Formats: sequence, C-alpha cells, structure tokens
Amino acid sequence: KFSHLKSYFESTDSPEHFLQNTKYNAGDADVFLSTKMAAPLTLLFIVAITIRAVLFRSSLADLITERVEVVSPLNAWKRVVEGLALLDLGVSPYAGDVFHETPLMIYFFHFVIDYAEIVFMVSAVCIVFLLQFRKQKYALEGDRYPLDCLELIRTPREMLYIPLKVAMFYLLNPFTILSCVAKSTCGLNNAVIALFILSTIKGSALMSAIFLALATYQSIYPLTLFAPALLYLLQRLYIPVNWRRPSFWLFTTQYVFMYLGSLAVMVCLSFFLLNSWDFLTSVYGFILSVPDLTPNIGLFWYFFAEMFEHFRLFFICVFQINVFFYTIPLSIKLKEHPVFLIFMQIAIISIFKSYPTVGDIALYMAFLPAWNHLYRFLRNIFLVSVVLLACSALFPVLWHLWIYAGSANSNFYYAITLLFNVAQILLVSDYFYAYLRREHHLTHGLYLKRKDGSEATLVLK
Amino acid sequence: MGLLSDPNRRRALTNLLTRLNAPICVVCYLAGVMWFMGLAFEPFTLRTYMSENAMGSTMVEEHFPAGERALATGREFAAHKKKVGGMPVNWLVKTMESRGLEVFTQSFTRKLPFPDENKERYLVRGTNVYGILRAPRASRTEALVLTAPCSQGNANNQAVGLLLGLAQYFRSQVYWAKDIIFLVNEHDLIGMQAWLEGYHHTNTTGGDWSPLHGRGGSIQASLSLELSSDVITSLDLVLEGLNGQLPNLDLANLFHAFCQKIGVLCTIQGKLQRNDWESTSGYSHSAQTMMLMVLKQASGRPWGDHGLFLRYHIEAATIRGINSFRQYKTDTTTIGRLLEGMYRKLNNLLERLHQSYFFYLMPSLTRFVSIGYYMPAFGLLAVILLLRVSFHLSDRRGLGVGLTRYPGVLSILTPVVISHMTGVALYCLPVMSQEMAVQHFPVSETEAVVLTAIAIYTAGLALPHNTHRYTLPLVLKLVALLYLAVLLGCTALINFSLGFILALSLVPIAAFITPHTHKPLSAAIMVLLSPGCTLLYCVLIFQELQETPVSLQDGWMLFLSVISQGILDHSLYGSLVYPLLALLIYPCWLLLWNILFWK
Repeated sequence: KFSHLKSYFESTDSPEHFLQNTKYNAGDADVFLSTKMAAPLTLLFIVAITIRAVLFRSSLADLITERVEVVSPLNAWKRVVEGLALLDLGVSPYAGDVFHETPLMIYFFHFVIDYAEIVFMVSAVCIVFLLQFRKQKYALEGDRYPLDCLELIRTPREMLYIPLKVAMFYLLNPFTILSCVAKSTCGLNNAVIALFILSTIKGSALMSAIFLALATYQSIYPLTLFAPALLYLLQRLYIPVNWRRPSFWLFTTQYVFMYLGSLAVMVCLSFFLLNSWDFLTSVYGFILSVPDLTPNIGLFWYFFAEMFEHFRLFFICVFQINVFFYTIPLSIKLKEHPVFLIFMQIAIISIFKSYPTVGDIALYMAFLPAWNHLYRFLRNIFLVSVVLLACSALFPVLWHLWIYAGSANSNFYYAITLLFNVAQILLVSDYFYAYLRREHHLTHGLYLKRKDGSEATLVLK
Repeated sequence: MGLLSDPNRRRALTNLLTRLNAPICVVCYLAGVMWFMGLAFEPFTLRTYMSENAMGSTMVEEHFPAGERALATGREFAAHKKKVGGMPVNWLVKTMESRGLEVFTQSFTRKLPFPDENKERYLVRGTNVYGILRAPRASRTEALVLTAPCSQGNANNQAVGLLLGLAQYFRSQVYWAKDIIFLVNEHDLIGMQAWLEGYHHTNTTGGDWSPLHGRGGSIQASLSLELSSDVITSLDLVLEGLNGQLPNLDLANLFHAFCQKIGVLCTIQGKLQRNDWESTSGYSHSAQTMMLMVLKQASGRPWGDHGLFLRYHIEAATIRGINSFRQYKTDTTTIGRLLEGMYRKLNNLLERLHQSYFFYLMPSLTRFVSIGYYMPAFGLLAVILLLRVSFHLSDRRGLGVGLTRYPGVLSILTPVVISHMTGVALYCLPVMSQEMAVQHFPVSETEAVVLTAIAIYTAGLALPHNTHRYTLPLVLKLVALLYLAVLLGCTALINFSLGFILALSLVPIAAFITPHTHKPLSAAIMVLLSPGCTLLYCVLIFQELQETPVSLQDGWMLFLSVISQGILDHSLYGSLVYPLLALLIYPCWLLLWNILFWK
C-alpha cells in the first residue's frame, strides 16, 4: 500500500526538490479541485446560500439578530444602521456611544447598505475560497522519519478532500449561519483574517502585512498573528530564526515596516474621512476597557459586573494580557509550524477577546478539518464536542429562564458561558497536545519502547 | 486535570466503564428513582421560610368586617348573572363605580381551533370588567391584581362578592402604595389571556380583543380567588402555571403564614399537612402530594386563572375555597381578612419578589425541595445516556460496526429527517385535517382531531423502516443518545417534572436498545414506554393520586380529552408541551425505534 508513497518520498531529499514538489502538489490539487471537487463545492455553495437566503426572509431573522450569543455591541447590524444614520445627518457616528465600528467599515457600508444581505452571503462564501490553504509539507519529508510512522503521514489523496471539508465546516456550521443571518460584521472581520492567511501562505509579504494591518485595525487582537506570519514567511524564504543572522533582521524589519506603514495609512485615512480622532476611543477604547457589560459568550461581562470599581483597571489589564501573553510561549514552541500557530492564535483570540460571538468561534472551527491527521491523538474530542453541543443548546434555554421567565438568574447563564469556554480551551489544548505528540512520534517512531523493551506511554505533566 | 492527561488512569477508567457499563447504568437508574422518592421524606427537605425582608418582619393588622355584606353582593351578582345569561357587565360597572374605582371593560372574541368538549365552547365572546383603585400614597408605578372568574352556573359567585367587598373596604384605607386592580374575567383563561395581552400590548396567540383604556403600574403580584360556598373548611393553594412555571416561593410562604396567623386550614394539592413523617402513611402522604405537584407541573397547563400571569414575570397564585364535610368552618369575613393581610404585605414590597426560590417542589405547605436537591435525581438518569455513549465509543464491537470507518454523517440524515417529518405531521395535521375527517367519518371535530393525532402517531411506527439500509446503527444510536440527552436536559431545566417523567420512560429504552435484541419483546417494551403510553400512565396515576380512581375505559376517554386539551392549550395560551412532544420527543423515540428494526 505504501510502496507508491515511498517512491514518492524518495525523490524528495533536498530543499530544492521539496520546493518543487510542493509546487507540483499544489498544482495537482488545483487541477483536482477544478475537476472532481467542482461539483460538490458548487452544490455546497448552493445549499449554504439557500439556507441563508431562506433565513433572511423568514421571521427567524429578527429573533436571531437579537441574540446576544450572535451579535455583540461591536458588530451588531442595528448599531451599524444607527451609525450610518448619524453619518447621513452630518453628526459624528461615534456620538451617542452606540456605534463602535471603524470608520473604513462605515464608509464601506455607506456604499453597500442596500445590498447588505448579499454582502454578508458573499463574504461567507469568499472566506471558504480563502481558506483553501494546503499543507503538504509533512507528506514530503517522509524519508526523514522512522518507517513505522508512515501511517501518520497524510496521503495526498486524503489532503485533497480538505478544501471541501473546510468549506463544509465553515459554510454549514450553524454558528456561521446564525452570524451571517444576524448580519454581524464579524463575518467581514473573518474575511479579512482569511485574506491575511491566504496571502501569507501564498508567500506575499506585502499583502500579508496589509491584511494583517487591516485585521488589526478592525479589532486590535489579530496583532498576535504577527508572530506566526513572520515565522511562516521566514520559513518560506529559508531564513533561519537566528538572532545573529543579518538576513533575519533585514526581513523582520521589512515586514514590521510594511505592517506599521499600512496600519498608519489606515489610521490616518480614517482620520481624514471623519476629521476627528473620536474613533480611537470609541473603537479601541471600547474594545480594551470593556465598558459594555451586556451578557455574551465571553468571560468578561459577569466578572466586571460583579467587581468593585477600584479593582477594575487592574483586572482589565489581567484579562486583556491573557490574549496577547500566550503568543510568546506558543511562538517559541511552534516556531517550526507557523500555520498551526495561526490556528492556535485565532482560537485564543476568539476565547479571550472582550466581546466574542459565535462567528469568531466558527472561524477557528473551520481549521479543524485541516488537522484531521491529528484525530488519533486527540483524547477528549468527544467529551468536548458533547459539552459544546450541550452548551449551545442551553444558552437560549437559560437566557429564556433568566430574562423572560425570571425564574433563573445571571449565575445560571454565566455557568454555561464558563463551561462553554472551558470546553473551547480543552479543545484547543487537546489539538496542541496532539500536534506535539505527532511531532514526537515523527522523530521517535510510533511504537515507543521503554529501555527494558516493554511498551511505553507518553505522559504529559 | 490528571484524569484528562494521564493515559494510564484514563485507560483504567475507560476499562471500568466499559466492563461494568450495564450494571452502572442500572444502579444509576435505580439511584435516580430512589433519590426522587427520597425527596418527599421529611428529613431530606427544607422547612419553608420567608426570605423577603419587606414581607417578613413587618406587622399588619386585618380589620375586614364585611363578610356578610360581600355574600349579599355575591347573591345579587348571581341574580344578575342569571338574568343576563352571562356576565352582568352593566351591573358590575355600576357596582364598581359606586365603590369608587375607575372602571373599564374589555371585550374579546376567540375562535377555538376545534370545539372544546370539556367546557362546551367554540366561538367565545366575552367581556372583562376591571376597576382600578389608585394608590394614594405613591407614584402609581406599581400594581397588584385580585381576580375572580365569572363562571357559568353557580360557581364562584361568592368570589366575585368578596372581591367587590374587598374593593369597597380597600378604598377606604389610606396606606396603599400600589394600584390595586380588581378584575372579573369571563371565560376563565381565555378572558385572562385577552386581559393580560391587552395590558402588556402583546399578542402572542392571535386573539382578538379590544385595547385596554385604563392601566395601573407594572404588576408585581396577583391572586386569583375561587370561592363557591358561603363557608369553607379549608383553602387550597394552586401554584402550577403555564409550562410548569411556578411563582416565587415567598408567595406560598406568605399564604401559609397568614393561614397560620388567622387559623384557617390550608392545603396544597388538596392535601392537608401531616406531622407523622416517621410513619409509612405519613411518608406516603407527602410522596403523594409531591407526585401530584410533579404531574401537574409536567402537564404544562395553567391549573388556575393565575397561570398566565407568570409568563409576564408576575408572581401569581390561585386560592381556592374548599367546602368538605369537616365540622370546623371558616366564614367569608375570615377569608377577607386573610386576603387583606396578604395584600397589605404585598403592598409593602420594595422590589419584585425575587429573594426566594423559583425552582422547587412541595411535599407539603411547610416543606420544599429546591433545585439543588431535585436535580441530581434527573442527573442520575441523564448520566446513563452519556455512559452508554462512552460505552459505544470505546467498545466498538457492540453494534457490529466500527467508528474508524467513514461514519457516514450524511447517511444518517435520512432517518433523522423522516422522523422529524413525521413529527411535523403529528403537529400540524390533526388540526388541519379535522374538516375532512368529519366529512368522512361519523365523529365530532374534537374526536377527529384526537383520533387523527393517534393515527399519525401509530402510523409513524410503520413508516421509517426502509431507511435502515443506508445507515450504520452505531452512528444512529450515538446521535439518538446525544440528541435525547440534550433534549431532556433542556426540558428539565425549563420544566423539571416533564423532563424527569420523560427521562424515566425514555432513558431505559434509549440505553439498551440495539438491533440484536429480541425483536417482538423489545418492540413491545418500546411501545409500552413510548411518550403516548407514558401520557396514559400519567393520567391514570393522577386520577389514582387524587383519590378518584377510574376504570380503564374511563381512563381512555380521559386520555383522549387530555390530548385535545393539550392541543387547545398550545393554540390558546402557547403551552409548549404538545409541540415539544410532537416535534422533538416523538421523532427522537422514532429514531430509537429505527435502531431496533435495523437488519
């Protein structure tokens, strides 16, 4: 069964070959995509768009738009409409503390307001095209690994289904559908991040920096994606991450310059559009200082609603550092695997950000099929998926009991929020563990033996 | 985290769960049932206490003197009711105005989806009359409600009389800080629904009513009075509202406290408090009381006129006077004093009742079981489902096919969709097809609806068998188990009793059904434990507990009327039990039925 694969690997012993093969393989995948995948993908798009179009027209749309799990004060459509109305009246859209989108976003919607539904559907579909990244690396380094690891390596054939699976995971994910039907601008932010990932993987440093700056401009947190993007681009250019090498410093400086430059352009452009710096406090101040404590699926609202005012600043810092802090250890541990690092960072952002919605979760969940080779090392995936499923069902129930029936209270709802986030953290750490374990097996062999010859087990402590 | 990361301990745990899965499940089931039965045992329950400060420590005096006059007004009302042949609107308006209230009327029309044979009504027209006593002491932002129904025949005349008497007496007092609304509603809950929707500017069920012209503040609490005799032996407190919602426990505490103070016998579920909990009969008495509450709550229908208030965040209860053959009687003056006391205490409220429990069961009026104590009973049943799921995942030979193969996510869509379509048919068709059924069969509309429902229910058993070829039973079973677990969990949170009863009957079949079991026997067990049959048992047990046992024939007729009432409650008041059973529980049961007939 593996003979074909083995001969396939034997030709790939030098970096040049590796690169060639990557290209060949990617091209192969494109051909495959265009012929065999076209029909299912088209069908999928039709189904996904039909579902959304039907929901837009149904009475459920109003209900979904009101759900706190789906929209946050940052990305609610109602607030965008309010901001536009203010803009049309010649008032600053940030007057009144309702609107918290960036100026570029409001001008974007100023032009497409009549086609909002279409914009959201198109953005959902675009994300899928953008997420068609491919990871062939492992299949091609095969000969460096012990023989019994062959079953750990994905065959090209398996990988060819990944784009379809990613598309399915994103487009048919109920979270994405809800977010799209609620016209939460979270979908557009996701599209920007997907553009960033695509341009990074294509190796275009300039585009990657521009889209990263755009994503940062939209919601600050994607700042942490800077590290993986840099690592990936360095890896693509065969520049080792070494403090003493000038080439490393040269490229890093270039990338930082491009990133900060485009960020500065966007911020200045926003200033000239509205002729005021109001948006800085209204958007970034709003994200960082968390003044709106409407319940959502995140960890902030309950905690800060209960807290004494004079501890507030300290704990805001603690909570916000949480998002950025993990970048350093993860970048060190995963410096060889920047794409996985991107996934980890996106997941961490969506868990720890101040106003998370289900749309954010949908983005990192779309990555999961790309890691389907880790499935055999996952330990709690079943438990976690059951908890996530149960929590998703319990959110509306407890909300009803709290707000409408008045018999439950905020503690019930927060308990489920907490459980939901714990499950997400478990999911991410489980994938992290599985990834590291697979790497370990790739270098040490799949069936580990102790010194005395008995079967060994890996223990994470 | 040790358990989550240490492979050795994980393996040990998995082995234990796999090897002893069936015994553990059986133990869990028995433990769940025993826990539930133990809830009625007095040492395991908590004594009720008043949590609300504003009602607990303040003293009020009751001076209501005019019981006899209230009865006279009641007789006058009865005479006018007889003369008009319905609600004597003009007389009521005049009487209320003469007592110094601001009086308003609201007319409503409601066409039932099919004739209600229990109450003999189809096209309902009626009028609500209500008078508002404006609060002299505060800004009129809050209100209390006292209601009495204008029933057909001679029922509840005394309640209206007492309501008018209290209105007159309350008018002369100066301490009211909340508006008091005195409402006489026609056609019991239909009138109540129209009034509440008019008051809150909502229209959830598509009724047709005229808008209200007068309003008080936001309603804090409400009591409904049902009184059909001049003297009573005891007062019964009814708490169960729409969808099994209960008012804050403090309202029950308040009622009990005043019954103790004034010396009126008080009951819940029509059962007196007993003090001999050590004896078997004492325990079985409180167990019966609690079971009655569970069955009533599970039915999801409002058991008194107060039931619809709870939907609007208004704490409400019904107080029902009972006249039995006991020697000791209470007169109307005493009941009036009791109500006066309760209203004065409610008048002292500074905020909505929220201090005490909303989730509770009551084995007697002085004892309650809170959510923390009763949820483990349900949890023990629900955990069986998860245990079975983990068992099937770790022991893949169990159903013959491994999960390592492509699980065929799409292929299980077929049975899932077919089951749900059957559920939708069960939900829609009975009411929609009644005309056709009446044309072709010699039955009334109500019978047509009920019999169509039963026919679709039964037909569902035959329907989805030919889908099994495409499906792996293991995957289908996993889906069914998880689906049921989530469904029952959500149901139990909203309405514990319903969730628990459904879990009692559905968990055993969900846990142990496989394609390999003895077919006829398993099929018989499954049908006996299906949701429909569970409903029948509940009806029979309810009659038994109420000490009005029925023969099987009468039980069947009652079962049919319960189904029609369930459908009516859904379309009239928005009760969720019928759609829950038809659209979710029944399809889930059909999935299990599908697994059994997998070849």
